[in-house]
Amino acid sequence: MAFRLFAAPSPHIHGGESTRRIMGDVVLALLPALAVSTYVLGWRVLLTTAVAVLACVLFEYLIQRFLFKRGTTIGDLSAVVTGVLLAFNLPVGIPWWIVVIGALVAIGIGKMTFGGLGCNPFNPALTGRIFLLIAYPVQMTDWTTNVPDALSGSTLLAEVKAGVSGVADINLVEMLYGQMNGSLGEIGSLALILGGLYLLVRRVITWHIPVAVLGTMALFALCVALGDGGAMLYKLPLFHILAGGALLGAIFMATDYSTSPMTHKGMIIYGVGIGLLTMIIRLWGAYPEGMSFAIFIMNAATPLINKYCRPKRFGVK
Amino acid sequence: MRTFPIGGIHPSDNKKWSKDKAIEVMALPDEVAIPMIQHIGAPATPIVAKGDKVLTGQIIAQATGFVSANIHSPISGVVKAIDEFANGEGLYRQMIVIKREGDEWVESIDRSTELKRECKLSPADIISKIKDAGIVGMGGATFPTHVKLTVPDGQKAEILIINGVECEPYLTSDYRTMLERGEELLTGVEILMRALNVERAVIGVENNKPDAVAHLNDLIAKGNYRGIEVMALKTRYPQGGEKQLIAAVTGRQVPPPPALPISVGAVVCNASTSVAVYEAVQKNKPLIERVVTITGKQLKDTHNFLLRFGTPIKSVLDAAGGLPEGDVKVLNGGPMMGRSVVNLDAPVMKGCSGITVLSGCEASRGKELACIKCAKCVSACPMGLEPYLISKLSLRQLWDRAEEHKIMECIECGCCSYTCPSNLPLLDYIRIGKQTVMGNIRARAMKK
Amino acid sequence: MNALVLTILTLSVLGAILAVILYFVAQRFKVEEDPRIDDVEKMLPGANCGGCGFAGCRSMSEALVKMDDISSLYCPVAGAQTMVSIASYLGKSAAEKGPMVATMRCGGSCDKRPKVNSYDGARSCAVVNSLYTGESACAYGCLGYGDCAAACQFGAIVINPNTGLVEIDADKCTACGACVKACPKALIEMRKKWPKNRAIYVACRSKSRGAVVMKACKAGCIGCGKCAKVCPFGAISMEGNLAYIDAEKCKLCRKCVNECPTGAIRIVNMEPLPKEPKSVENKAAESKA
Repeated sequence: MAFRLFAAPSPHIHGGESTRRIMGDVVLALLPALAVSTYVLGWRVLLTTAVAVLACVLFEYLIQRFLFKRGTTIGDLSAVVTGVLLAFNLPVGIPWWIVVIGALVAIGIGKMTFGGLGCNPFNPALTGRIFLLIAYPVQMTDWTTNVPDALSGSTLLAEVKAGVSGVADINLVEMLYGQMNGSLGEIGSLALILGGLYLLVRRVITWHIPVAVLGTMALFALCVALGDGGAMLYKLPLFHILAGGALLGAIFMATDYSTSPMTHKGMIIYGVGIGLLTMIIRLWGAYPEGMSFAIFIMNAATPLINKYCRPKRFGVK
Repeated sequence: MRTFPIGGIHPSDNKKWSKDKAIEVMALPDEVAIPMIQHIGAPATPIVAKGDKVLTGQIIAQATGFVSANIHSPISGVVKAIDEFANGEGLYRQMIVIKREGDEWVESIDRSTELKRECKLSPADIISKIKDAGIVGMGGATFPTHVKLTVPDGQKAEILIINGVECEPYLTSDYRTMLERGEELLTGVEILMRALNVERAVIGVENNKPDAVAHLNDLIAKGNYRGIEVMALKTRYPQGGEKQLIAAVTGRQVPPPPALPISVGAVVCNASTSVAVYEAVQKNKPLIERVVTITGKQLKDTHNFLLRFGTPIKSVLDAAGGLPEGDVKVLNGGPMMGRSVVNLDAPVMKGCSGITVLSGCEASRGKELACIKCAKCVSACPMGLEPYLISKLSLRQLWDRAEEHKIMECIECGCCSYTCPSNLPLLDYIRIGKQTVMGNIRARAMKK
Repeated sequence: MNALVLTILTLSVLGAILAVILYFVAQRFKVEEDPRIDDVEKMLPGANCGGCGFAGCRSMSEALVKMDDISSLYCPVAGAQTMVSIASYLGKSAAEKGPMVATMRCGGSCDKRPKVNSYDGARSCAVVNSLYTGESACAYGCLGYGDCAAACQFGAIVINPNTGLVEIDADKCTACGACVKACPKALIEMRKKWPKNRAIYVACRSKSRGAVVMKACKAGCIGCGKCAKVCPFGAISMEGNLAYIDAEKCKLCRKCVNECPTGAIRIVNMEPLPKEPKSVENKAAESKA
C-alpha cells in the first residue's frame, strides 16, 4: 500500500504547545536576570547556577531511572527550571555542596516524592531554598563573600529591618538596575520584569498572579506609608516591589503551574494572599524577607482555592 | 466586533487551499450506497425493494418517528441490494445500494436555475415540505431541520441565526455556497423566517471571509431582503457551535441542558441548509446533493464539489488526484471535529461538509506526558468547564463526580486537546465519560 | 529538680484527664455492630474487588449477616467452599455454584486478522470502540488496548505482544467479573472451569456474514453450522452467523473441534481428537445428501 490510513478521535490537529517549549521559555526569560547578576556579582554566579542546574537534572535522572525504574523526563527541561530558580534563591558565596543538598531536597523531596512534574503541591525550588534557609542559616544569609566594593554586605531589606538604613535614603533607580545585594536572582529587577513580559507575550503565564502579588504589596506599603504620615507615598511601595525576591517570586515562583490555582479568580486570591503574607513577614516577622514563605503557604492553600474557585460556566449566571 | 464570551482557540484556518475553487458539479457515481442513518435520531425505514426502479429524487426510505428524516434516491436506476455495509468508520449499517441508469428525475422537481422568490405558503406547509425533503442540519450535526423549526408550545422564536461561520479549519463549502448561491441562500432565509414567524435574521460570518460578508450585504441591498443582516464575527474557534454563535450574535447565553436555544428565542440554521430549504420549498427538490470541500495540503488538487449523496469517498479522493503516499488521515469533516474515515468505499452523507486529508506529521499525536496543571485547557474551554478534571475523572471511571463537574455540558469541540502542552487526549476520555454518564442519566430516568 | 517534678506532674495529670475524656467520648459514640460481620469479613478474601456486586468485602459481609436468604450472594474469589463455610457459620444455606473462569472469545491474532489502519488516539478500548471498528476490519474482535487487563486486580490478564490479544491466566483468575464489565466488545464470558483448566469454546463473536468474516479474519466463525450438527449433546447453538458452545451442556468430547473449517473453536489444555480417516467419506456423503 502506498499510504497508511490513520484513525483517531477528534481533534486531529494540535496547537503545537509543549511542556519543553514552555519550560524553555521560562529558562530563556530568566537569562537576562542571570546576566545582570553575573555582571554585578561576578563569575561565581554562573558557577552556582551551573551546579544547581546540573545537580537538579542529575537527581531527577537518577531517581526516575533507578528508583522509579521508568523512562526519564529530563528532556522536558522542568528540572533545569528548578535548578535555575534554586540558584536564583541562593547567596552568591554559598559553598557548592550546600547547593547540591538544596537540589536534592528540591527534586527528591519537593518534586519526586509526590510523583514528579505536575503532582508536586509545593514549588520544588522553594522547598529546596526553605530547607537550606533552616538547615544552613549562616551560609544562607551570608552576603559578604565575593561582594564588589560598591555594595554593602547585607541585603537592603535586612538593613531596613535592622534599622541600619532608612528607606528614604535608598536610590530606587539603582535598585532597578541591580545595584544592590541579595540572592542571585533578586538583583536584576529590570531584567526580571523583561523576562516576565516575555512570558506574558508567549502566553506562558497570565498577568493575574504577578499583578495580584505586586499590587497587594504596593497597596499594603501605601497604607503603611499613609499611616506613617504620608512621607513616602511613592517610595515605600516601589521599594517593597523592587527589594528582595518580590519580582522573582511574583513572576517566576508563584506562577509555577502545578502549585498555583487553575482559574483566573483563584489566581487573584492566591496572589493577594502571597502579597499580604509577604508584607506581614517583612514588616513584623522574624525574617527580613517573606516572599518564599508566603508562596509556600499559599501553595498549601491552592487545592482549597481550586475547590472553591470554579471557572464561570457558559450559560450560568 | 462580536464573538462568544469564554474560551476558544485560534487554529490556523488553512482555507487558502480550496477557498478560490468555484463549485464544480461532480460526475455522477455509477453506484451509490445510501445509509438509512444519516441524521440524528431513528434510522429511516426503506420503502423500496431489491429490483425496484427508482428515479432521482424519489423517496426510498421513510422517516421513523418525529426525530428522523426521509431519504431520497440521489440517482436514477435499480435497487441492487438492501443490506448492511461498512460505513466510513468500518461499522456495518443498513444501506440501500442503487445501480445507476441514466439520470432521470422525478417530474415534480423544478430543475430550472431561475430564482423563485415568492413564497405564499403557511408556516405549517413550509415545515411539512422541509420534512418531506428530508432536510437535516448540514453543518455536521445533522439534526432534522423540521424538528428544529417546530417551536414547542409556550415558547417563541425571536431571531433566526444563519450559521455561515464555518470555523472549522480547511473547510470552504459554506463559504463557496455563500459566494455562489447567495440569492438562493437569502431566499431560503426568508422562507425560514416565514416558517418561524420571526422578523429578524442574522447571518453570522467570521471576518476571515470578508468577501462573503460584502457579497451578501450587496445582495441584501439589491434584492431588498427585509429583516436580514450579515454580522461579521471575530474569528475564533468554535464560533460555529450553536450556543457560541447565539452568544456571539445576540449576547444571550443558552442555559445548561436541558435548555434548548429556543429558550433564549433563537433558532440556528446552517447556510447550506438554508439553500436546501429554498430548493425544497420553491423547487420541490429533496436533499440529494450538497457542496463538499475536498482539501488537504498534500493533495494534488483541491475542489469544492457539488455531489450526490452516496458517492464513494474514494472517487472524491480520486478526483482530487488520489491520496498522497505515506501516513495519511482522511477525515469526514474538518480537523477539529471531523471523524476519521477508515473505509474509503463508504459513501458521502448528508452531514459531510468536507473531506480533509491530513498528512502523517500534521495529524499524528505527540507523546502523552504528565499533566502540568497549566490550566490552558480551562482557559480554552468555551463552555467554562475544567477539561483536565473531567477527563481525569472519566479515566478513573468516577462517573458520578464527572457528572457533578458538568461533563454533559461539553460540546466536544476539542479546544482542550488542541491546547494541551502535554498532548493529553483529554477529549477522548471526556467523550467516554459523556456516553457513560448519559447512560446513567437515562437509567435513572427509567427507574422513576 | 523542682521543674522536673512539676513537668512530670503536669504531663501525668493532663494524660489522665485526656484519657477520661477519650473514654467517655468512645462510650458516647459507640456504634453497636453485629460481631458476626467482623467474623464473616475475615472469612472473605479481602480483595475488595467488587465481584460480588457490593462495594467491598465489608458491605458483602454486612449483607450476608443481615439477609435471611443468602443464596443469591456469592463471592467468586473465595469460591463455593468458603461460601458454604460462611453459610454454616451463619446457619443459612449457601448458593451452589461451580468454579468459573473468564474466557476471552476472540482468536483474531495479528497474523490472522490483518491491520487495515493505524490507531493514534488514547490507548483505551472504550475510546476506540466509541470511535470506529478498530485497526482490523472485524467489528467484533479484541481491540487489544487492555481495558480488561487494567480492570483485573489479580494480574490474571496480560496482552500478548506477539498476537496482540488478551490472555487470561486461568490459575490467577478469580472470576470476579471486572473484565467482563470492562470489555466494550463483550468478548469476555464467565464459563465453567474444568479440571486442569481445560476448555473448549468458540473464540469468535462476529455476527457478520461468513464472507465478511473471512475477509477480515482467518480465525473467525463463519457460521457454517458444522459444529452444531456434529455435537452429540446439543451444546452448540447457532445464533445468526455465530456458533456458541453452552459450557453447561458441553462434555468436552472435542468432536466439534475438527469440524471447524477456520479453527475458530479453541481447545485448551487438551489434545484434539485424531483426524478420523472416515471424515472424508462423511463429507462426501454429506455433500451428496
